[in-house]
Amino acid sequence: MSFLEYAPAPESTSILKLRDEYGLFIDGEFTEGHGTPFDTIAPSTGKKLATMSAADGSDVDRAVAAARRAHDTVWSRMPGKDRGKYLFRIARLVQERARELAVAESLDNGKPIKETRDFDIPTVAAWFFYYAGWADKLDYAGLGKDPRALGVAAQVIPWNFPLMMLAWKIAPALAAGNTVVLKPASTTPLTAILFAEILQQADLPKGVVNILTGPGSMGGQLVAHEGVDKVAFTGSTGVGQTIARAIAGQRKKLTLELGGKGANIVFDDAPIEQAVEGVVNGIFFNQGQVCCAGSRLLVQESVHDEFVARLKERMQTLRVGDPLDKNTDVGAVNSAAQLKTITDLVATGEAEGAEAWAPDCELPSEGFWFRPTIFTNVSTSHTIARDEIFGPVLSVLTFRTPAEAIAKANNTPYGLSAGIWSDKGSRVLALADKLKAGVVWTNTFNKFDPTSPFGGYKESGYGREGGLQGIGAYLQPAAADAAATPPAVEAPAETPDITEVVDESVEAGTGAASQGAAAGDSAGTPKAAASATATSRKKARK
Amino acid sequence: MTMERAVAPAQRAVDILGGDVSETALRGYLEGLPGVDAVGLEQRAAGLGTRSIKTSSKAWALDRIIELIDLTTLEGADTPGKVRSLVAKALVPDPADRTAPRVAAVCVYGDMVPHAVQALGAAHGDPDQGLVSVAAVATAFPSGRASRDIKLADTRDAVAHGADEIDMVIDRGAFLAGRWGQVFDEIVAVKEACRKADGTYAHLKVILETGELTTYDNVKRASVLSILAGGDFIKTSTGKVAPAATLPVTLLMLEVVRDWHRLSGERIGVKPAGGIRTSKDAIKYLVTVAETLGEEWLVPHLFRFGASSLLNDVLLQRQKLKTGAYSGPDYVTID
Repeated sequence: MSFLEYAPAPESTSILKLRDEYGLFIDGEFTEGHGTPFDTIAPSTGKKLATMSAADGSDVDRAVAAARRAHDTVWSRMPGKDRGKYLFRIARLVQERARELAVAESLDNGKPIKETRDFDIPTVAAWFFYYAGWADKLDYAGLGKDPRALGVAAQVIPWNFPLMMLAWKIAPALAAGNTVVLKPASTTPLTAILFAEILQQADLPKGVVNILTGPGSMGGQLVAHEGVDKVAFTGSTGVGQTIARAIAGQRKKLTLELGGKGANIVFDDAPIEQAVEGVVNGIFFNQGQVCCAGSRLLVQESVHDEFVARLKERMQTLRVGDPLDKNTDVGAVNSAAQLKTITDLVATGEAEGAEAWAPDCELPSEGFWFRPTIFTNVSTSHTIARDEIFGPVLSVLTFRTPAEAIAKANNTPYGLSAGIWSDKGSRVLALADKLKAGVVWTNTFNKFDPTSPFGGYKESGYGREGGLQGIGAYLQPAAADAAATPPAVEAPAETPDITEVVDESVEAGTGAASQGAAAGDSAGTPKAAASATATSRKKARK
Repeated sequence: MTMERAVAPAQRAVDILGGDVSETALRGYLEGLPGVDAVGLEQRAAGLGTRSIKTSSKAWALDRIIELIDLTTLEGADTPGKVRSLVAKALVPDPADRTAPRVAAVCVYGDMVPHAVQALGAAHGDPDQGLVSVAAVATAFPSGRASRDIKLADTRDAVAHGADEIDMVIDRGAFLAGRWGQVFDEIVAVKEACRKADGTYAHLKVILETGELTTYDNVKRASVLSILAGGDFIKTSTGKVAPAATLPVTLLMLEVVRDWHRLSGERIGVKPAGGIRTSKDAIKYLVTVAETLGEEWLVPHLFRFGASSLLNDVLLQRQKLKTGAYSGPDYVTID
C-alpha cells in the first residue's frame, strides 16, 4: 500500500447526540417557531442532520421583547464583574464540549474537522475569555465616561464560520451589557442551538441571549424590528447594503462585515516556501469561503513561473474529502447554491481567457465539492479578478514594481484584507501603510486573535470587531446616551425589500457576484462614511 | 579571489557557479537564496505533525522506520564488545519476531569500524539489498576542532577499515565566522578522502550541527554549501548538542534537497539525528518526507534516522500491533 494514502481516520460522531428536531431559543427556553420548519443537511453527503424550527414575525417580537426585558431588569444593571463570570463560564463550557461542537460544526458546514477542532472552536473559547476580561473594566479603558450598553442587539451571522461568528458577535455584546437576538444562517443553524444549550448550562439569565433559526426573510424582520438598538451583520456586500439602506435614519447603530477580494502580494525576495504555504492557507482555508481570503495572488513577474510551479506542486498534496477525516485539508462547499456560484464564476473565468488548473484528486460522488483551483493569465479586467468567488479558487496576477503592486491591490471595490510576502522589512512597512485594507498580514495570512481589531474599508463594510474597538461598537458614553435618545426616529412602517434579501446563506457568494455592478454604481453614497472610518482606523492601527 | 585548493572543486559547484568557484562567487550564490521565515516554517512543520495515522498505515510505517535507522553508539566508553552487541541487534532487532526487518546501518567511531565489519560478516553491505552498512563518524567528531590533516587522516582510516559511509562534521566556527569557502574546501577534501582502493567512494554524510548554526537561514546556506561541495547526505546533528534534530529543521533541509533535485536531477539524502526517540515522532518525519519529496525518498540511500533508543520503541509498537497489548521494556533487547 502507499503510505500517503493514510488509512481513513474519521472522527467519531458518537459524542454528538443529535436530536431529530430543534426549536428556537427564546427567553431561556427552547420553543417551537411559527414558521415552516426546515432541514439542515450535511454538505459533504447531502444527508439530513436535523429539522430546525423556523421563526416568523411573532417569534421575532417575542425574542426582542425578552431581550429588552432582560436588558432593562437584569443584564445592564448587573455589575460588570458578574457579567464577566457568566462569560468565563460560557468559555469554559465551550472548551469542555469542544469535541462535540467541532464534530457538529464539521458535519453542518462541511469544513474539515482539522479546522473546527484546531481553529474554530478554540477561537470561540478565546473570544469569550477575552471579552469576559473586559466586562469589569469598561469604566477604565478609554471608552468614555461611564459607558453604557446600547440595548438590544440584532445579530445576523453567515455560514462560513457559524460558531466563530456567533462568538465574535455575542461575546462583546454581552460583555458591554447588551442583550442579543441572534440569527444563524439557514444552512448552518446547528451549533448555534447547541450553544443555546451551553447558555442554559451556564445558567445565563433568561432572555439575555435569544437565538432564532429560520429563513433570510426572518433575519430581515429582525434587523428592521423597532425594538432593536444595534444591528451587527456579517455576510455578503449586497445584503449589507440592503440592511444599511433599510435602517438609515433610525437610531440603530450598525456594524457591517461584508465581502472581500484580498490581495496576497509576493515579492521576488519572499521566503518562497513559506509564501507558497501562506498563499495556500490564504485561499484554501475553509474551502476559500472566507471573506478575508487571499483570493487574488499578485506575484512579482520575475518569480511568477517558479512560484506558480511550486504552488501547483503543493496543491497536489492537498487532501480533499470527508470533512470528518482528520487528514482532510479541504472539505465540502457549504451548499448547492454556493457550488453553483463557484462553478458559474469559474466558467466565466475560462470564457474570458484565464487558464484554470486543478490537481487531479478524486471527489466524493455525493455532496457539494469543488477542486482547489488556480487561474493563471488573469488580468485585472477579468470577472474572476474582481468578483468575490467565495470558494477554493485563486486568481494569479503579476506586477513589476511595488507601486504597481499597490495600485493593483487597491484596485477593487472591497478593502478587507491584504498580505505582503517579502524579506525586506522596510518595504513591508512602507507598503502596508499604502494598502487600503482593514487588515494587512505580513509573511503570514488568515490570523485571527480576539485582541486584534478586524474590519473593512469601502464595500467590505464598516466598524471593527475584536479588541477595544470591538467592544466600543456596543457602547455609548452616558452623556451621548442622554442626548441621543429623544430624536429616535420611528422605524419605517414597511421594509419589504430587506425581508426578501437577507438570506446570507444564499447571498454570501452570489450577492457579491450578481450585485457587483449595482454595488459599484451606488458606491458614491457610502463613500464619505467609508473614508471617515478609514481615517479613524489608521489611528487605531497605531 | 581564488582560494588555494588541495583538490579540484566539486563538479556541482563548478556547474552552478559557471566555473568561478571563488569565495566571492560562492557567497553571492548562497546569499542570493530565498530566505526562510521561521514562523511559517515552524507552522508548516507543526501541521505535518498532526497527520493522523491509522493502524494499516502505521504497520507499514513502523517497518520502514526500522529499515531507515542508523543504529548508533557514539560513547567514549565504546568497546569492541559493545559494538558486537550493537551489530547483533542490527541484524536481528527482535529475536521474538523474525519478521522485523534489519536496520540500514550501524554508526560507530572510526576505531570501532574493524569490529563492526568483522561482526557483520556476510551481512555487511548495501542496505538497499537488505544488508547492513557500516557508518563511521570522522573529522574529529563531534567538535570538528582539529587540523585538516588530522580530519582527513581520520576519514581515510575509517574508509580503509571498511566504512561504507562517513559522517563528517562541518567546521561551525569557520561557518559562523563567514569563512564559507573554507568550509566548502574542507568538505571537498573529505569527499576526496572517502575514495576507496577500488576507486568508488564511501557515502559522505555532512553533519551541519544545526543546533549551533542557530538560524534557519544559516541551516539553509550550510545545506546548499554541503551539497555544492559534494555531500551525498545532509545530516542535522551529532546528537551531542541540544537542540539536535527538530521537525522544522528537517523540513527545511528536505526543501533544499527538493530544490536541488529540481535544479540538477540529483537525489541527495537527509538524515535527522539525535532526539528522535519515539515511533510517534519518527512517523512525523516520514510524513514530512513523503509530503515534501514523495514516498520514493523513504529508502535507505535517501533517508535515515540517526538514533539509538528509537528502535526499541518501534519494536514495542510492532508487538502492540501484533498482539493487541503493550508489553514492557523487558520484552525488547538492550544493546
